[in-house]
Amino acid sequence: MEQDFKALDAILAKYRDRKGFLIPLLQEVQNELGYLSQETMKHIAIEMQVPAADIFGVATFYSMFRLKPQGKHIIRVCKGTACHVSDADGIKKALVEALQLPDGENTTADMHFTLMEVACLGCCSLAPVIMVDDMTFGKLVPEAIPEVLEKFRY
Amino acid sequence: MNEISVKVGLASCGVAAGARDVYLKLEEYLAANPLPVKLMQTACIGMCFEEPIVEFSGSQLGRMHVGKASPDSIIQIMEDYLKGIAPNQNVILAEKLAGTHNELLANQHRIVLRNCGVIDPKSLADYEAQGGYQALKKALTMDKAAIIEEIKASGLRGRGGAGFSTGLKWTFAAKAISEKKYVVCNADEGDPGAFMDRSALEGDPHNVIEGMIIGAYAMGADEGYIYCRAEYPMAIEHLKIAIDAAEAKGYLGKNILGSDFSFDLHIKEGAGAFVCGEETALMQSIEGKRGMPTIRPPFPAEKGLWGKPTNINNVETWANVAWIIMNGAEAFRAFGTEKSPGTKVFALAGKIAGSGLIEVPMGIPIKDIIYKVGGGMKTAKPFKAVQMGGPSGGCIPAEKLDTIVDYDSITATGAIMGSGGMVVMDSGTCMVDVARFFLNFTQNESCGKCTFCRIGTKRMLEILTRITEGKGKLEDIEELQELSENIIKGSLCGLGQTAPNPVLTTLRYFKDEYLAHIVDKRCPAGVCTALVSYRIIPEKCIGCTACARMCPVNCISGTVKQAHVIDASKCIKCGACQKACKFEAVIKE
Repeated sequence: MEQDFKALDAILAKYRDRKGFLIPLLQEVQNELGYLSQETMKHIAIEMQVPAADIFGVATFYSMFRLKPQGKHIIRVCKGTACHVSDADGIKKALVEALQLPDGENTTADMHFTLMEVACLGCCSLAPVIMVDDMTFGKLVPEAIPEVLEKFRY
Repeated sequence: MNEISVKVGLASCGVAAGARDVYLKLEEYLAANPLPVKLMQTACIGMCFEEPIVEFSGSQLGRMHVGKASPDSIIQIMEDYLKGIAPNQNVILAEKLAGTHNELLANQHRIVLRNCGVIDPKSLADYEAQGGYQALKKALTMDKAAIIEEIKASGLRGRGGAGFSTGLKWTFAAKAISEKKYVVCNADEGDPGAFMDRSALEGDPHNVIEGMIIGAYAMGADEGYIYCRAEYPMAIEHLKIAIDAAEAKGYLGKNILGSDFSFDLHIKEGAGAFVCGEETALMQSIEGKRGMPTIRPPFPAEKGLWGKPTNINNVETWANVAWIIMNGAEAFRAFGTEKSPGTKVFALAGKIAGSGLIEVPMGIPIKDIIYKVGGGMKTAKPFKAVQMGGPSGGCIPAEKLDTIVDYDSITATGAIMGSGGMVVMDSGTCMVDVARFFLNFTQNESCGKCTFCRIGTKRMLEILTRITEGKGKLEDIEELQELSENIIKGSLCGLGQTAPNPVLTTLRYFKDEYLAHIVDKRCPAGVCTALVSYRIIPEKCIGCTACARMCPVNCISGTVKQAHVIDASKCIKCGACQKACKFEAVIKE
């Protein structure tokens, strides 16, 4: 496992003397590794001389930080007000069905997709909206979901 | 042939609607066919419902905006425009032609959004050509106190929602004695249904930056932060480009424009926590901690970021500053009302025809925003309420539509001005469900510090969920009211203090809907699944069997060419039969 953290050396070095570094540091580490494992957080704690509890506290406070491995593609279902009144629930249901998610899980068994909810993507005029990675799809109907997913299958 | 310009709106909404493909198609075509055309990008002109939008100018047809542009049609439109032939459809705005939405702009006035959808937000030269950074030059020749006096005289109030006097806030930070001071731009726009700040940052980042530089100069700060949600990648990208360009040109950094004033500006990306929109929580987050609010006093103006005096304003507030310095407080006061001068940007969404971004003078009746600026309702279903202020706000019903837009009038309805989200609801929206939706949101986003907010919102959510499931009791209404009062009293920050507003306003204006759920076990809007039932109208059913074949639990019986019947005891209310029926014979009630 030691080798994994080699990739982090450059990132950690960049933040060493900066004030308020913890959140951007964790964001960059997560971008590199995909998620924040306990080992990663412990490693950062030792290297950066920050209590591990502080790091875990920050990682669990902000919804963007992921503590489990994620699928290759991240699907964000917008649950904003405009989407809510435009049947975001139906879209979510269609996604859960199409992805055949295991009970209580939000990542598909083949680690291809992770499904998340997000408070608002700010594209309210296109409601209901989902975002797959950094592509936004708007004015959706549940029937259109399989077609959207197809674009990311391979 | 004169050169014409073709501008494609490439803000988030436009891109999501396919504007990038339109732009690429034009680029590819122009590379292969040399035409006297200058292809440009801009951001959002506000008419999101017509995206992708392309603006043409320079031919004898005058300037025109074409909506719902597609890669298939855009080349023909461009070729025609060059020849002076107007397209026969989708002209939404035009100088000389009949644009379908010309009248929607008639009631607007743009200060904050004056450059949005006009300039290329990645170009400093474009911003300068519109008079950009002239206000900074002017401010640097002014007395610092005179700048603050001008802002105070303009009557500008915090556009983040609370409406505190910006000039007064600046005075506090200016008076604080410290070698180090900070200014912060709150761009953690988290209200669901609001996208004003995103559009302003994507469309005109320099305007916000210029406002911050002027503010920093007046208050004596030498460092600033823009705290922007990470969910807005394009806003962050445009800000980064703008800050680099401004540094290169000497508007930011050491000895700005040859003066002895220096100012550095950084971007901090949020990490997904709604409560960070609260200023003390936001500062905790910039410092790299959990974003939990702290007790005031001390106010940020005395002890803010890293214990130093700090002034925090919202994006839209900063975006007004340069204009006010350039045009003066009196010109600003020409818009709006005595106590709420200026304009306000709103994000219109929901069941409205013209969803998008608008900027209107304060004092305009809400009715005019919906029916004149927003083009009225989207469908034939009648207006029911408009939600203002997101999870901190409330629902304003039809009988209050004459209310004018100013801080005090809106507060009187029980809603709040908020940051500018306006979600329009029609008769197909259940108000109990809307209240539950917002409580679910605040309950999720409560940081957990204050007991009333943490547990009180949870109890309220449980009660509301129970009511939408048809298990409500009459005492629930009283309990909701009591919990609301205590959460308002017992919470430290704005999130908790305003969390009950969506429930209180719906109880005030739509109590009969709560009673219908509780007493009659009926959801009048037909939204709450547990309280609706599906029925086939025998007269309309032709017996095509489509519904029976779609039903996942086989609860529809009937033979071909005979009216079918739903067995309500087995029905799971999935609605598949209603979708399958081509004769509107299946109804939900």
